[in-house]
Order: sequence, then C-alpha cells, then structure tokens
Amino acid sequence: MTQELTEVSNPGETTGSSATLWLGAVILIGLVILGWLSFVVTEADIELEDTVRIMYVHVPVAIMGYAMFTICGIGSAMVLWKGSQWWDHVAGAAGEIGVVFGSLTLATGMIWGRPTWGTYWEWGDVRLVTALMLVLLYVGYLSLRSTTGVTGEPSRAAAVVGLLSVCMIPVVSRSVEWWDDRTLHQEATVTKLDPDIDGLMLFTLVFGIVIFMLIGAWLLIHRFRVAHLETELELYGVALAVEQRIAETTDVEAALSVAGNDRKDES
Amino acid sequence: MIRDAYVIAAKDLRIELRSRTALSQLAPFVVLVAVLFGFALNADRTVLTEAASGLYWITVLFAAVLAIGRSFSIEVDDSVIDMLRLSDLEPPSIFAGKAAALAVQLVAIQLILIAAVVILYDARIEDPLLFIAAAVAATVGVAAAGTLYGVLVAGLRMRETLLPILLLPVLAPVLISATRAFDDALGNAAVNGWSWCGLLAALAVFYGVFGGWAFGALMEESR
Repeated sequence: MTQELTEVSNPGETTGSSATLWLGAVILIGLVILGWLSFVVTEADIELEDTVRIMYVHVPVAIMGYAMFTICGIGSAMVLWKGSQWWDHVAGAAGEIGVVFGSLTLATGMIWGRPTWGTYWEWGDVRLVTALMLVLLYVGYLSLRSTTGVTGEPSRAAAVVGLLSVCMIPVVSRSVEWWDDRTLHQEATVTKLDPDIDGLMLFTLVFGIVIFMLIGAWLLIHRFRVAHLETELELYGVALAVEQRIAETTDVEAALSVAGNDRKDES
Repeated sequence: MIRDAYVIAAKDLRIELRSRTALSQLAPFVVLVAVLFGFALNADRTVLTEAASGLYWITVLFAAVLAIGRSFSIEVDDSVIDMLRLSDLEPPSIFAGKAAALAVQLVAIQLILIAAVVILYDARIEDPLLFIAAAVAATVGVAAAGTLYGVLVAGLRMRETLLPILLLPVLAPVLISATRAFDDALGNAAVNGWSWCGLLAALAVFYGVFGGWAFGALMEESR
C-alpha cells in the first residue's frame, strides 16, 4: 500500500507523457526561434525604437491571460451546472496560470512603459488599472480555493467567484475603445482585417502568440494533472485511514471475543 | 418573497438594535477613519475638500466589510444558517432580506459620516438630489455584493481576512462610480454625475440578480 502511495504521489512519473514531452520540446525550440526573430531578424520601430521588441512577449502573455481567465470562467460555470470535479480542476489550474500570465502582462507593460511613457505606472490609463484589478480578482479567487473544498468535491464558492470575475474580462479588453480618451494604449492592431503593422513584425507577433498558446496548454495539462493527483492522494489517504480504523475495530472485537471465550473456559 | 425577505431583514435589524454593534462600534469607527484621513493628508483643508468623495467611499467600504462580517458571524456562530437552510424560506428571499438589513445599517452609518465629512472636510453638498440618488444606488450595490461574498466566506476558517481580499476588488467599480457621482454632487469636478449614478444603479441590479441566483448554492456550502 505504501508503494502504491509513492506511485500516486510521484509527479515525475505521472504528470508527464510522451505528448507533453514533445510539446515541451517544440516550445523550447519555438522560444529560441522567437528570440531570434525578436532580437535579430526584425528591425527596431521608427517611433518606439528597440522597445517595440517587448511587444512580442507582452501581447502574447496578455492574450493567454485572457484565455486562461476565460477557461477558468467556463470551468466555474460547469462546476455550478454539473458539479463536475474535472471542471473544478480545469478552473483552478486555469486561474493559477492566468494569474501568472496576467502578472507577466503587467510586468512587461511596466518595463515598456518606463522608457516610452516615462513612468512605470500611469493612473490615467484605464487598461492598465483594469488589468491590475483583474489580476487582483483572481488572486482572491486563488486565496478562496486554497481554503475551501471538501476532498473530492468541487468548490461552488470558488466557482461563483470565478464566474463573477470573468465578467471583468470584456471591460479590460474593450476599455481602450470604451474610454479612448483615458488610455495611452493603442487600439487593436492585429485583430483588424488590415493590420497597421509591418509584415515581419506581424509574423513575429503571431508566432509569439502561437508559442505562448502552446506554453499555456502545456502548463494547463501539467497543473490539471497535479490537481487531479492531489485529490486522488487525499481520497486515498482518507480511504487508508478508514481502512485502518476498521482494522483496529476488528482487532479489538477479536481480542474481546478471545477474552470472552477464555473466561467461559475458565468458568 | 417580499414577506420572507422582510422577516429576515427584521430579524437582522432586531439583533443589531439589541446588540447596538452598528451604533456603538461602526459609528465611532467611521468618524475615526475620517479623522485619520485628515492626519494622513496633513490636515490640509483644500486637499481634504477635493478628496472628500473618495475618502467618504473608502470609509464606507471599510465599514461595510466589518458590517458584512458581523452580519454573517451571527448566522454561523450559533448554526442559525442551518436553521435557515432547513426552513422553507427561498434563498433569494434570505439574500434580499440580509442585503436590505445591511443596506439600512450602511445608511445609518453614512448619516454620521456625512456630518463628519461636512464638518471636518468642509464639503458642500451642491446637488442634494444627485447626492442622495448616488448614495442609495451605491449602498444597494455594496449591500448586494457584500451579502453574496459574506455567505461565500461564512463557513470558512479565515473568513475575516478572505472577505476584504475577495470583496474590495469587486466593489472597485462601485467605488469609482460613487466617487465620480459625489464629485459632481459636491461640486469638486465637472463630470456628469447622473451618468455615473446610472452605472451605480446598473451595478446594483447586476450584483442583486447574480447574488439572488447564487445565494442558494453558496448557503448549501457554508457550514
């Protein structure tokens, strides 16, 4: 039984598969190519100069942040609808990875903002402020997840927060258009039919988005498996404890029975 | 539904009247925070007058967090929430009742806070109708969201610390809208306060509808 427990709790053997191994290899090669495209192949922008290169990471991580928070929202809705543990793991994993991508978005944005806007933080920029609020909402969601939940049961409280928090995503993504006089961010350039961006720069940006999508998928698969194994381990621990209690009770009953028989024999 | 909500609201308010928590603790608390803001801003009357709207609503949110914690601790401590769950009261009615009781307490606290802001910060209410409309809409929004998050953390060990982490980001849109509406009502900024008041009303409806829908599932989980 101890051996089974060790096998279940060994993430090195169980969260990876040949598919995720290949995916990881593709990601590593892709990151090298992205670095080469960003720093060697593409040229500096006329206005933004070399600072434009951070966009090849900033935009992909921002998109992946939205994607992960959306997956978290879908997972939360499914938990409330179906009470599914599987979706609870998906929501939790996506929420965690979304916070990582969201924080990276803020960090890369601030690093870019210092030389471009002359400040790390601009209160007048509505997208910056709403993006921070979005990350803080999901930090709260993760705090709640860490304290709630019965072993083997999805947390409906966390699901409600996940579903409510997802309402903030359209506010952040559309803020540039809704409050166009209160932002330093430019409007969408890539998603338009006729993007206002040089061909090679556009290719690098799209390549970066694809690579970070793969990173997101890779992280999601692994984090989901870790969450699944954690639950399995907890349930296994509970089952083991119950089994031990039953065995103890049986031993006591057997001992009492033997003692009773001895007393009868003596009399 | 209205009768059931009234029963719950009356119960909560009766408990508050008898324990006098809102009056004896929250009222001094809001006045104290208003005074501390004065110290923090170097007792500069011009700055305090200009920042009065924001300081007012920050104080209301701090008081709301305490009031919400109190509102649900009385349910959890003596397992009253189990009785509510076993009763034939509909969860949306319980939600409406608790939100209404919380809103009444927040209004009572704000009456004291308004006096403090007018006296200490030299604030002048130039548009009383907008001031009242924004205060009512924001209070309903805070009460609805607060009731939803209150039941959400009710059964948890670390509810005192979790509640502000979860609730304050959600109330950020209310804080922004209420501050802008008050800026107009106090004559501190040339903004359209009524459009911000409309946003406050929309937020109150959203939190109210979502809370009414989710309250039942959350009550089942809070043990």
